[in-house]
Amino acid sequence: MELNRTEKGSAVLPETKAKRNRKLTTDHLLALCFILPSIVLIAVFVYGFIGWTGYVSMSNWNTLVPDFSFAGLKNYAYLFQDYRFQADLRNTLVFTVLFIAVVVLAGQALAIFLDQKIRGESLFRNIFFFPMALSFVVTGVVWQWLLNPTTGVNLFLKKFGLDSMWYTNTDILAGFKWGKIEFGIPVAIIAVVIAAVWQMTGFSLAMYLAGLRAIPEELKEAARIDGASEFKVYRKVIIPLLRPITVSVIIIMAHISLKIFDLIYAMTGPGANFVTDVPGVYMFETTFRGNYYANGAAIAIIMLLFVAIFIVPYLISSRKGES
Amino acid sequence: MKKRWLSLVSLLLVFSFIISGCSSSTSTKDKDDKKAAKLEIFSWWTGAGEEDGLKALIKLFKEKYPNVPVENAAVAGGAGTNAKAVLASRMQGNDPPATFQVHGGAELNAGWVAAGKMEPLNDLYEKEGWKDKFPQSLIDMVSKDGNIYSVPVNIHRGNVIWYNKKIFADNGLTPPKTFDEFFAVADKLKTKGITPLSLGDKEPWTATMLFEDILVGTIGTEKYIKLWSGDLPLNDPGVVEATKTFKKMLDYVNADHSSRNWQDASQMVGKGEAAMNVMGDWAKGYFVNDLKLKTNEDFGFITTPGTEGDFLVITDTFGLPKGVKNPDDVKKFLSVLGSVEGQDAFNPLKGSIPARIDADPAKYDEYGKQTIADFKDAKLAPSLAHGSAAPEGFLTKVNQAINIFVTQKDVDQFIDSLVAASSDLKK
Repeated sequence: MELNRTEKGSAVLPETKAKRNRKLTTDHLLALCFILPSIVLIAVFVYGFIGWTGYVSMSNWNTLVPDFSFAGLKNYAYLFQDYRFQADLRNTLVFTVLFIAVVVLAGQALAIFLDQKIRGESLFRNIFFFPMALSFVVTGVVWQWLLNPTTGVNLFLKKFGLDSMWYTNTDILAGFKWGKIEFGIPVAIIAVVIAAVWQMTGFSLAMYLAGLRAIPEELKEAARIDGASEFKVYRKVIIPLLRPITVSVIIIMAHISLKIFDLIYAMTGPGANFVTDVPGVYMFETTFRGNYYANGAAIAIIMLLFVAIFIVPYLISSRKGES
Repeated sequence: MKKRWLSLVSLLLVFSFIISGCSSSTSTKDKDDKKAAKLEIFSWWTGAGEEDGLKALIKLFKEKYPNVPVENAAVAGGAGTNAKAVLASRMQGNDPPATFQVHGGAELNAGWVAAGKMEPLNDLYEKEGWKDKFPQSLIDMVSKDGNIYSVPVNIHRGNVIWYNKKIFADNGLTPPKTFDEFFAVADKLKTKGITPLSLGDKEPWTATMLFEDILVGTIGTEKYIKLWSGDLPLNDPGVVEATKTFKKMLDYVNADHSSRNWQDASQMVGKGEAAMNVMGDWAKGYFVNDLKLKTNEDFGFITTPGTEGDFLVITDTFGLPKGVKNPDDVKKFLSVLGSVEGQDAFNPLKGSIPARIDADPAKYDEYGKQTIADFKDAKLAPSLAHGSAAPEGFLTKVNQAINIFVTQKDVDQFIDSLVAASSDLKK
């Protein structure tokens, strides 16, 4: 709209129009020159390789010797009938739901507590945020020791008559037979959720704290003047205003949890009966130990699609918001 | 105008960065070329005794060939799990190390030889006169279609029960030789509240090892070998019986087995928390070097039930990949590796026995001497769990089936998954 108006206005002076147009093209050209290297790099090293992975996933390359003959969706069909992959899907679903729910709720609650203008706020903020600075591998090793049935917190818990198997527990809660596996909540995955939540809650806390600080004081004041109780102010004004933060936290946590590898690999491995296995671990083992390259590529593509389920609607909605 | 100049200058800067990036990558390539002249020895020997053994071997090589630069390119990780992934990437990218550690048997033959990535070493064997210095069945394990592809440096035995001497003496028990004796002993221990058998299957290959030992003990070496060549179906009654025995044995293991690795499981025997542990004889190195225990005083050893005359063999070998720049240097290293001197420098430190039959037994400890004697007459059975019996792809699927079986204990399902995986045997 803006542009049209300018053109209309400049129609009176054809000289200026030509000049402006030329200036625009050189600007465009310059901009293109700046963007071009990154476009080329991303086209080759991201989208090119995604395409290559997709191509491999539909080939017969399941030995050390590359074999690019077309296999169609054979590898995908194999995976969805595979016990281990079915267990992976179950574990990813359970892990993602529990992990996101706890991180969102705990992060929000902690942020609200910290927002009460308490003394030593920055100290607490740093304490909660600190685990974020660690790598998932470190977290995994630490929690592997903490939750080991023969060491760790269990030595303490045993004194109170509590004896938990944590991540070595092979029980499936609320389980029922589905496909080849027992579908339900594997107890062992809860131990992994604890470790992941410990690491990532600080991040969601920081996001929510920033969100809380961005809410204008006038809104809260207005609600209070209207006679709303403090609880109602939070329920009706503040928490609804934090919605965009929640969406961001969910998107960020979802892509972490759907692709999780390092935490599981360091902490539990695939687990007995694959109770803590995830697609990332399966992909690594089947590709680099079993030399099933096509199967591994198929797992990678499936993981990409999972993340796309979360990311694409987000991108579309944010584009809509822009225009 | 000024603004455009600025942007042009910055654009130039960006391009110069890119160009300098390219040129620096070419200079690293030059470095790589120089490095390729180095003799890069790729292995997963980073543990206590094995690293010492490798260093002793490299030291010996340097004494003999002081002009060849050597690089020890070891990648850490038990049973080579990480090293194998690194190796696969390098081989596929046509950037092979000068020589690399590979288990004799299918891992070599069905893997790298079948992929056309290895040079035959027949001339080296001729020149060094090795053909009658290694047992013929061992040379067969590193040969395919009449060509020899690697040089074995050591032998490990997989079918050993390590037991706590004190527990056995206190309870008046003798180490079991048959499955019946094993379960009789295990029952007695269980009633006394002692864990009869320790297992640490956080990485499932340990459970696969236990299974293969039971398999050999049940059907014998000849039939065991036929399973992997496809001459005997995997749902043979013998395999079913072995699986049932395996299932029964799992009732006697520690409850937290899935959180332990093999060292943790061996440690239970060392500390007297469990009576027995089935593991390859690298466990002896762990007992002696790490836990400071004495052979035949603190811990004893016996072959797993029914396998007295059998030898589950795990052999580390080194070969010559195709496309290396210094094949003559590699052959020099392999000649040291295959010499009596080389094997006697490496093996006493690593805790394995030499692959040659004419090495000096005096250099080995009590366990080593007896194993060297056993090795000469025993029937050699390649280990499945260590990639010697069958291709890696099949092994990966067996490990998965074992991991499920240890929890579910469903014999039929296990046999079904073995049969389903058997199409990968021919690869």
